Amino acid sequence: MPYIPHTDKDARTILQAVGAGSIDELLASLPAGSRLKGPLNLPGGLPEQELKALLRDLSSRNVTTGEYSSFLGAGAYNHYIPSVVDSLISRSEFYTSYTPYQPEISQGTLQAIFEYQTLVCQLTSMDVANASLYDGASAVAEAALMARRITGKEGIILSAALHPEYRETVKTYLVGTGDHISEALYCTEAGTTLPEAIEKNISDNTACVVVQHPNFFGSLEDLAALSEVVHRKKALLIAVVTEPISLGLLRPPGVLGCDIAVGENQSFGNPLSYGGPYLGFMATKTEFVRQMPGRLVGQTVDKNGKRAFCLTFSTREQHIRRERATSNICTNHGLCALAAAIHMTSLGEGGLKKLARLNFSKAEYLKNRLKTVGVEPAFRGQTFNEFTVRLDKDPETILKSLLKKKIIGGLALKRFYPDLKQHLLITATEMNSKGEIDAFADAMAGVLVPAAK
Amino acid sequence: MSMNGAKGLLLEEPVIFEKSSPGRTGVEPASFDVPEADIEGIIPKQMLRGAIEGFPDVSEMDIVRHYTRLSQWNFGVDSGFYPLGSCTMKYNPKVNEEAARLPGFAMLHPYEPEELTQGALQLMYELENYLAEISGMDAVTLQPSAGAHGELCGLLAISAYFKDKGRPRTKVIIPDTAHGTNPASSHLAGFKVVPVKSEGRGVLSLDAIKGVMDRDVAALMLTNPNTIGLFERNIKEIADFVHKKGGFVYCDGANLNALMGIIKLGELGVDVIQFNLHKTFSTPHGGGGPGSGPVGVKKALAPYLPVPRIKKTRSKYSLDFNRPKSIGRMKAFYGNFSIMVRAYSYIRRMGAEGLKRASETAILNANYIKENLKGTYHLPYDEPCMHECVFSDKYQLGSGVATMDIAKRLIDYGFHPPTVYFPLVVHGAIMIEPTETETLETLDKFIVAMKAIAEEAKTSPQALKDAPANTKVQRVDETKAAREPILRWRKG
Amino acid sequence: MEFPKDLKYTKEHEWVKVDGSIATVGITDYAQDSLGDVVYVELPQEGGSVTKNEPFGVVESVKAVSDLYSPVSGSVAEVNDAIIDSPEVINDDPYGDAWMIRVEVHSPNDLSDLLSAEEYQKYIEEEK
Repeated sequence: MPYIPHTDKDARTILQAVGAGSIDELLASLPAGSRLKGPLNLPGGLPEQELKALLRDLSSRNVTTGEYSSFLGAGAYNHYIPSVVDSLISRSEFYTSYTPYQPEISQGTLQAIFEYQTLVCQLTSMDVANASLYDGASAVAEAALMARRITGKEGIILSAALHPEYRETVKTYLVGTGDHISEALYCTEAGTTLPEAIEKNISDNTACVVVQHPNFFGSLEDLAALSEVVHRKKALLIAVVTEPISLGLLRPPGVLGCDIAVGENQSFGNPLSYGGPYLGFMATKTEFVRQMPGRLVGQTVDKNGKRAFCLTFSTREQHIRRERATSNICTNHGLCALAAAIHMTSLGEGGLKKLARLNFSKAEYLKNRLKTVGVEPAFRGQTFNEFTVRLDKDPETILKSLLKKKIIGGLALKRFYPDLKQHLLITATEMNSKGEIDAFADAMAGVLVPAAK
Repeated sequence: MSMNGAKGLLLEEPVIFEKSSPGRTGVEPASFDVPEADIEGIIPKQMLRGAIEGFPDVSEMDIVRHYTRLSQWNFGVDSGFYPLGSCTMKYNPKVNEEAARLPGFAMLHPYEPEELTQGALQLMYELENYLAEISGMDAVTLQPSAGAHGELCGLLAISAYFKDKGRPRTKVIIPDTAHGTNPASSHLAGFKVVPVKSEGRGVLSLDAIKGVMDRDVAALMLTNPNTIGLFERNIKEIADFVHKKGGFVYCDGANLNALMGIIKLGELGVDVIQFNLHKTFSTPHGGGGPGSGPVGVKKALAPYLPVPRIKKTRSKYSLDFNRPKSIGRMKAFYGNFSIMVRAYSYIRRMGAEGLKRASETAILNANYIKENLKGTYHLPYDEPCMHECVFSDKYQLGSGVATMDIAKRLIDYGFHPPTVYFPLVVHGAIMIEPTETETLETLDKFIVAMKAIAEEAKTSPQALKDAPANTKVQRVDETKAAREPILRWRKG
Repeated sequence: MEFPKDLKYTKEHEWVKVDGSIATVGITDYAQDSLGDVVYVELPQEGGSVTKNEPFGVVESVKAVSDLYSPVSGSVAEVNDAIIDSPEVINDDPYGDAWMIRVEVHSPNDLSDLLSAEEYQKYIEEEK
């Protein structure tokens, strides 16, 4: 039997030792008559070789971002992962261990998390960061709850240019504790959150305003200006970053007046994997650390005075505070955080800045190439590595035609924004070669031509 | 008994920032094949960043050595016996790791059109069905990221059900043996927690539930087998009573490893269960995540599960967003897909017969440890256990030795300590879960070590107080960590 | 373990020292010992009010957290800020330097149901 080492003799030895004639005697506490009589209705077990063939076959029914040119982003980004990342996270001392509850035999995990926390602080220019959360969307929900604890107020204002699935997650999370959620409109010309819309929604009961930067349309927000509006009402400004490579180029939330920075760190070292596992990050100011959810690693010493690391501030967490914990979260996404830390470290400051410039340049090149075939950006705001265009035809039809040329041309926004019927969100990263981009623009020209007739 | 600290691996390793030398790059990004954009001309200066203060510049080889060294200070399932109760630290098959890394799974964007991801959708659809079959549930969502995330999802579905029927309920009953996530998730879902005590034999009685169950109670949230390692023998009568009062029974599926192919919780009156794929279904714990916490429900609750649901029409799979009663979303996209691939791979490798054998063997191993240690350590509930057993430090306290000392000494003997000080109802608890993947020889070695430690507690208690002796660091000052918090590295 | 005779006690393990209309409140030697090394304490603002048998603050060790229950109702006249910066004082000197708040008591009746040193000592013996 796979993975189970016992021989019949072993099983007999155990039964004898426990004084039972059969396994059934050990199961006497199970309700009589409810025990399953037949086997589960599942496929029969497979030897490893056949299993691998089956999985390979199943995986081959998918089309990868390597086989087609993909211009998809929208919260999940296709980036190059250096070989060191998978090589190192594949060390089984990392991936087969659990939560570092016993610090003496978990210093590897603990130091790696401590370094990850530091890297997140450096990227965002915030004081403290936690050991990671499930993903960007749930991190925003946790940040909103945290803002309520800090301010003692209830209202939550979400920018309408925040990722729609993030907004939906916040609403789901907060339904039990009273929603008080409103949305602030975006400017249909600039594609950015309207300060006036925030002013209109904000009140003395507003706990926080949540703004994504670069936002879901790819546009850059003016966080510094929004911060003034938000802080005037003594609410907190939460910045959401779904594409953290942008922090190699853009001023970080910590110097733009943000109180909590959250987002998605998948871009660093984690494959797309059809949407997960990714990793939510959260960073904040020192004064708010006790209201922060999630694990935290701190530096201390061992009994001989040697530098050591351990989990700390655990009294915030569910296993001690139970229903009064800052969150119900128990784990983090440790291995994803490790991958992110290794990728960040591989890049270093120079590498990250170059990668950010490269992403920006690819997107600008694509933007310009599309302009030459008559596809114009939908908004006038600046962007990082993704942007929204407005097409003259139904984007779904265009995307279908592009698929025939092995191009995944972006995300039609209609499913999230019924008003944006003709809009397409397009992303370019270092994974899109100049040749691919040129081919995309040419293909776009090709599929648009019939409409011009 | 030899002590297995490997002194050669205990070399110092600074934090990565202290190895930085400005200007170094580990792995250079790709080169510019498009013209470099005039950034300063396009983006206003006040939006651009200057230095990334403190970011480490390290060579590739230094990075490799750094993380390799760190990994050597860790103890994983691959390093040795890891009987961490409640966590099911079973072997993590290597073929699963390979499966998750197949390009056809790893290089899929979540917004790719459905026609390009039929294999992924089929895998998810089938995994949902397997989990439903194993637990006796009608519908399963794979979206939640972890056990606690699944709990929240299940409780929100229950809450939505009552709101939808026009009579919201406000309370959830939780036994004193529960994991801390249960009350925390209930609170987040908007429920008031009503605690209930387990009876003398460590299980819930129908009378105890009758005492607290009323028409404001949305659900009873129990764990079965419970955290003492005992099967909740009265579950059927209790569930019947809860149902009669219009409530649901939520089962924390953390301990499902005891039940596969033996009994279906759905047939015992459980209406909601979360599966911890990182426990029962062999996906690695990753040093603390990522896991995956799918949720199974009975028919009445299915309309409330998160969107999207996976649909099969003839031989085509698709994502169904049109679920008006759905609670919404627990996260972006569809869940921790690469963890699902590993769990799928595990179930296909084991088959029905293998899963049953896994649960039976887990029970045998736990009982073997229980029988062998029960004179040596205090066993508060002396009954046949399921997949784990709980001792206490009662016999050792007289020598001034407590559970923590026993746990730390086990490290010197080359074992990961069990879960300690949980469940809270057992003072000084030592919770041992051997799992089915350990050999009899390993169990015997562990038993010998535990007995040796009990002996040391009498003859040389100081050895336990000083333990562990052979590790990278010795006992860590957690008080200092909390009183003088250093939560990040700063240039000194 | 010490239980000074001149203090009054609660079943939630706070002590009270009454001086005219001012009640000084802290936690007992038994409480600090059960908690272990105290790492954090949260106290109300000066000028705020506290209610008898309701939480007025929180005290935390590495592995435990406990609410502080007010033995009296009244307004907070003074707060011991020094223990916020050095919570270890709570372990070292629970009845002295580690007093927590001084309350201007509204109703002297509040004091009538508090325990004497003997009664409290007996209570914790039974608790164990």
